[in-house]
Amino acid sequence: MTATLERPQGTVEKPALRHRLAERGVDRVLLLLVPGVLFVAVLFVYPVFYGLQLSFQPKDGGGPLANYQKFFSDSYLFDTIWLTLRLALPAALINVLASIPIAYRMRGRFRGKRLLTTILVVPITLGTVLTAEGLIEYLGPVGWFNKVLLWLHLTDTPLRLVNNYWGVLFSLIITGFPFAFLLTLSYLSGIDPSLEQAAATLGADWRHRFTRITLPLLAPGLAITFCLTFVLAFSVFPSAYLVGLPQGATRVISIAAYESAFRDFDFPLGSAIAMIMAVVMLAVIGLVLAWRSTLYRGATGGKG
Amino acid sequence: MSELGAERFAELHIDHVRRAFGDHVALRDMDLTIKGGEFVALLGPSGCGKSTALNCLAGLLPLTGGAIFLDGKRIDQLPPERRGFGMVFQNYALFPHMSVRRNIGFGLSMRKVPRTERIRRVAEALRLVQLEAHAHKFPAQLSGGQQQRVAIARAIVLEPRLVLMDEPLSNLDAALRLEMRTEIRRLHQTLGLTTVYVTHDQEEALALADRLVVLREGEVQQVGSPEEVYAHPANRYVAGFMGYRNMIPVAVHAAHGDSVTVRADGLELVGANRDDLPAGHDAVAAVRPEDFSVAGADVENTIPATVEIVEYHGREQVVEARLSGGLALHVRTTSRLAPGDEVRLAVPPERVLVFAAEGSS
Repeated sequence: MTATLERPQGTVEKPALRHRLAERGVDRVLLLLVPGVLFVAVLFVYPVFYGLQLSFQPKDGGGPLANYQKFFSDSYLFDTIWLTLRLALPAALINVLASIPIAYRMRGRFRGKRLLTTILVVPITLGTVLTAEGLIEYLGPVGWFNKVLLWLHLTDTPLRLVNNYWGVLFSLIITGFPFAFLLTLSYLSGIDPSLEQAAATLGADWRHRFTRITLPLLAPGLAITFCLTFVLAFSVFPSAYLVGLPQGATRVISIAAYESAFRDFDFPLGSAIAMIMAVVMLAVIGLVLAWRSTLYRGATGGKG
Repeated sequence: MSELGAERFAELHIDHVRRAFGDHVALRDMDLTIKGGEFVALLGPSGCGKSTALNCLAGLLPLTGGAIFLDGKRIDQLPPERRGFGMVFQNYALFPHMSVRRNIGFGLSMRKVPRTERIRRVAEALRLVQLEAHAHKFPAQLSGGQQQRVAIARAIVLEPRLVLMDEPLSNLDAALRLEMRTEIRRLHQTLGLTTVYVTHDQEEALALADRLVVLREGEVQQVGSPEEVYAHPANRYVAGFMGYRNMIPVAVHAAHGDSVTVRADGLELVGANRDDLPAGHDAVAAVRPEDFSVAGADVENTIPATVEIVEYHGREQVVEARLSGGLALHVRTTSRLAPGDEVRLAVPPERVLVFAAEGSS
């Protein structure tokens, strides 16, 4: 940490190469990056480029763009974009919006905070299959929820809440919420509580404190949270099968890619669908981040 | 200037206010009346309850007991936004996403002050703290002293009945602190805003306040004017906090009315008996370093000592001198001394305050 003032004799003229590199942040600590870079190259960069070039080599010939033409001309394939967005956008939005008040209440210290956080975060560890099983038990035609509704005479016929759009949406909310909540909580904790106290002494009631102080400072974090939960929801696959209608309302884009690649063994078409999927996700994220760039993104620690 | 004149109240009564955090009592039975226009400093080391008291006044902390009355109206159950007090936070708590102008105007827009009046009052507050040129900047673009001024402007632009300041100068460097101290006193004199000022710095409190409240472990030790607290500290603790750096453990040898003779190994002093101690009692003799003088042999109330450490302080030297019994004394003197010098330290009897020793009063 401390700089050595005396240089070794013989190198008086010019600082050693090692020192000059260190000035620019190049030193042996950089070696720690090697495993990470390798990992990303092997498991991410290579597959992406492999898939990309594969998508331009259609199985049935017809020019490099034939797979893409096929996707956009076949509504059975093309509609999956809309079907997936219809699930992923509301799911991400609901998760972010639901996490705000809960995280807001859970700032600071109070008795039982750890237990409550654990309960809120546990769905991450359950996995989609267990969640799906629970949903079928609970929301299915003979599940508790419908039994209660029938018993209270609120409905005559059981509500259909699984094996359709709603089942998948519920599943996405249950599994996505913990991520949204944890992220929002950490963004909120980064906002100096004395800012809200200052606003209070200046005459702002809680509504104004939230809309004028907390929300503007939290918004950039919410944008990131939305992007991450959206990406999770957009690549939904198991729950679309288990609690959805995989050949109908919840035929999401990952199902289309899977069927092309592993049922029809058309890997190039599967790759093309995967590429389209990535582009749609990037487009949504790009829009959200463009909005985020218009916001205040500086320090939120109070001292400015 | 008159635009920012404060809406005065007659008196704010803090009635046996108590605040506990679990088992820990941060503020114990605080009873204090603040008159309109007064500048009151709450003084004490960290953890003495002074910030707790301020937060209770602001409404940021609910009370555990007692009540607060403003001109006879109970206010301690009002939320902070309905008390109409201005507060300057230790870390300034400026809104980082708002310009200086919008920071200062925030309170006015919360109070639905019409736009034209708001613009006028913000401009006036900016002029008052000399930040007109920085109105468009964001807090992160300002220096510490400028941020401090914004925080003050934001609090006083509302013409609050009471301004609460929580160690507002503690994050500034020494030179800026002196400058802002004068600034705060000037604002107080121009606007006549009733102010409660929390600090751990006795010099700051003495310089700024009309009245000092010295706190220790949640309990008020002394309330008085700067002169009273400075010259007549109520107890050993206040004395220690007000610059009586020498706290010499002694035993009372003889007591005659207000006068008392105390002894320790290597010294005998005549002092003022502040706790009415009888002979034989354990005591502490409190003496300020600057009340000692280096004297000739035939002056009364002298202590022979050997100079050990000399610090240069410009006009004065701060000297640590050792008595034959092993006690060390701190002395501030204009005499030029060197380590090893044998000296006789003299102190007027009225400047030796004899208090009961810890745990024996």
